[in-house]
Formats: sequence, C-alpha cells, structure tokens
Amino acid sequence: MTQAEERAATAAVATGEQPLIKCLVWDLDNTLWGGTLLEDENVEVTEAVRQVIIELDARGILQSVSSRNDHDHAWARLEALGLAEYFVLPRIGWGRKSDAVRAIADELNFATKTMAFVDDLPSERAEVAHHLPDVRCYTAEQVLELLGLPEFTPAVVTVDARRRREMYQAGFRRKAEREEWQGPDEDFLRTLDLVMRIGRAREEELVRVEELTLRTSQMNASGVHYPVDTLRSLLSTERDEVLVVSLTDRFGPHGPIGVMLIEKFALVWHVKLLATSCRVVSFGVGAVLLRWLTDSAARAGVHLIADFVRTDRNRMMEVAYRFAGFGDHDCACRSALPAADGVQRLHLTPARQEPPSTMRVLAPELRVRGSVEATWATS
Amino acid sequence: MTEPASAELTVETIEEKLQKFLESRTKQTWDPDADLFKLGVVSSLFAMELVVFVESTFGVFVEGPDLVLDNFRTVRSMSALVMRLRPGDPGA
Repeated sequence: MTQAEERAATAAVATGEQPLIKCLVWDLDNTLWGGTLLEDENVEVTEAVRQVIIELDARGILQSVSSRNDHDHAWARLEALGLAEYFVLPRIGWGRKSDAVRAIADELNFATKTMAFVDDLPSERAEVAHHLPDVRCYTAEQVLELLGLPEFTPAVVTVDARRRREMYQAGFRRKAEREEWQGPDEDFLRTLDLVMRIGRAREEELVRVEELTLRTSQMNASGVHYPVDTLRSLLSTERDEVLVVSLTDRFGPHGPIGVMLIEKFALVWHVKLLATSCRVVSFGVGAVLLRWLTDSAARAGVHLIADFVRTDRNRMMEVAYRFAGFGDHDCACRSALPAADGVQRLHLTPARQEPPSTMRVLAPELRVRGSVEATWATS
Repeated sequence: MTEPASAELTVETIEEKLQKFLESRTKQTWDPDADLFKLGVVSSLFAMELVVFVESTFGVFVEGPDLVLDNFRTVRSMSALVMRLRPGDPGA
C-alpha cells in the first residue's frame, strides 16, 4: 500500500464504509511460515508473526487458513508449532482460494466485506480479488503491520470478543457431532446435557435484552423494539416480568438466547414479547419456553394471551404458538387487556405440562414475587 | 415443488411423500397413525419445516384454525388436512 492508499483506508474504516475485519484467512507457505512445507518439513514461524496471530485472536478477530498443501501434513505442522488452536475452519487442499474464502465466510455467516486474505503470491491475491472484490487482500510483507491497521482494531475489546473463537469452536464441535448422530434428533439433544435458565432480568442485562428484541427476526412474535429505558421501567413494577433466557450444554455456554415480557393481570398473563435467537431454534427452545409458561400459568390459575404481529419472517413463531395450543377463541379474559391495533391476540386456557425430556429448566415461580430459580419438575 | 395437477393426489401418494420426508428428517420410519409429538417437545424449527413441507409439496396454505398441532400429529391427520384443503376440492 502507498501512503495515500493507507490514509484512504483509515478514513474508510473511521466512516464505517469499510467495516472491521471479522476473519483473516492466512496462506501458509512463505506467508505464515518461512519457506514451503513440501521442501522443508520443519518450516518455522517467526516470533513476530506468532504475536500477530495471538493478538488478533485476543481482539476477537477469527483466523482461518487457505493453503495449497496436503491437509494432514500442514495441520500437523501447525499443531507442532502450537498454533493450530487459533484457526477455525481451515481449508487446506488444491482448490481455488476464492472458493476457500467464500466457503469460510458462508460457514461463519460473515459478509465477504468483513473477510481478509493474506498471501505472498500476487496471483493468489488477484484470483481472490477477482471473484470476491469485497475481500481485503494483504501481502506477506504487511503481516507485521496488520495490528496497526484500523480495520483490525476494534474500538472496544469485550469479554465476549476474547472468547469468540472458543464459542465458535464449541459450536463447530456441536454441529459436527449432530451431523454424525444416526438416531433421532431428540436423542441427540439428550446427550448434550442442556440446561435452560429463565431468570428475571437484572439491570446489567438490559442492553443484551434490547439487542435480542432487535435482532431475532425469525423468532420474534411481535417485532416490537424495547429500548433499555422502557425495559428498566418494567423492572420496578410488580405487574411486569422481564425474563432473560440462557442456554448451556456440555460444549459450553450459548449465552443469553431469549427474552420474554409479561404483564400479569388478575385473571390473565399478557405475553407482550417472546423472542429467541435463531441460533438455538433447532434445540426446541421456543417450544420448551411456551410449555414452561403454560405450566406456570396453569399453576397460577390464570389464562394466557400472547401478542403476535405477522412479519414476512416470523411465521415460525406463529406455528410455535399455535402448536402450543394458542388460538383465536373468544374468552372473557380478553377484555382485561387494553386494545391494540394491528396486533393478533392468541389465547390459551392452560393445562399442567410435563417438563421436557431434552433439557433441564431452571426458572423462578412467576406467581411469587422475588422467588428464586428452581428446577422445573412435575407436581 | 407444487404439484401441477391436484387431481393426481391421492391419500396414498400424499402419505408416501410425508413418510419419506419424515424418515429423512428424523432418521426413523413412521406408521401413518404414529404420534409424531408423543415422544416429547417438538422444536419450533421442526414444526415449521413440517408446515412448510406440507404447503409447498401439496400446494395448500394452512392458516388460523387449521394451523393446530392435531392436524400435524400423524401422517394420516396431515393427509386428511391436505385432501380437505387442496385446490379444486369440491368440498373446500
């Protein structure tokens, strides 16, 4: 890069035209290590390059590999160098590098404009740039400058960022085991030791709750955005419940994955929002939540009314509600709620439910203010 | 995937397609009367896949009072739903 190009790049990141890099794809021969593996079994990585890899990882930037080599051979060398753990979804083989970069981006669900590629060969960089013009390409000489570039420098490095690679790796292991599993899905879920925790939101969780109301488009029943201030005001009333749902399994935590807002009237609980992350939809989280809520309401002797606003993406949520028994039937309890235009109000007269066999559910007793979380069990 | 002529749809062909789909999705075989939901909670994703499969394969749209678990509980109840909702059905 010339100085002028560098200044232009800095300006582009600052103005948001060029988003931060989320994943850097490394070539190996003469880029990550010195020399070529086919000619020298014991290629070495300089201490400076090693520090770049470790620091990018700490900043929450994922790293992958696209290299023309025999996979097992190259991966064994990365392991011997103590670097293999830093790389996700390595593509080591003989195909086109643009295909490799695209496949890595697809698997990570990243836009190509957040991908970067570093390779010593101009022909490889040109091939990637030709097929994927949004991918930012760097030369081997630039490796030691990467840490100083704005596109590799997030403004804040959060705790989540530092653990990002591990969360992705846990996710890949989970997915691989699931694909290999020969029996029914439900049996696989039972092997995961899933624990779903439903908790009353604490002040410090409100930012994450707001995010969930914004981001979960497929599994968001009403599409309403609740800003942090609105959520905070709900925490202090006796009538409102702001519930945060998180999930863990034997591979590690999934983090907060769902939110539920409920206003409790004497005879009916009004579910104003239910949203769960798309990442965990195949674990049956939405269905389990509805089942737990149904059981809680049955024990409290109240009916349930849930708001539903159809969007072009949330049909899955409607199916979840209707398969849980919610419907359009008339009921006197409907009059307890203030009218709302354009909102479908799905009603359920709840009956007691069995806890699921696929996961343990920890939750507070909703009818009791300030109750602690306990395992949902029969009786 | 929509069937060109709904007249060719019979209970047998519908059930055969449903069974093939269920087998690929759940890795087990299903009798027409077996309860898909008996074993426990079915994920919203699977429920959605089932609804979308029925709609796109047989050219029907399942809404409101028809969109209930009982209509999707068995292969037989789904074929009955399709026969009732399919386009051109004189009883629809």
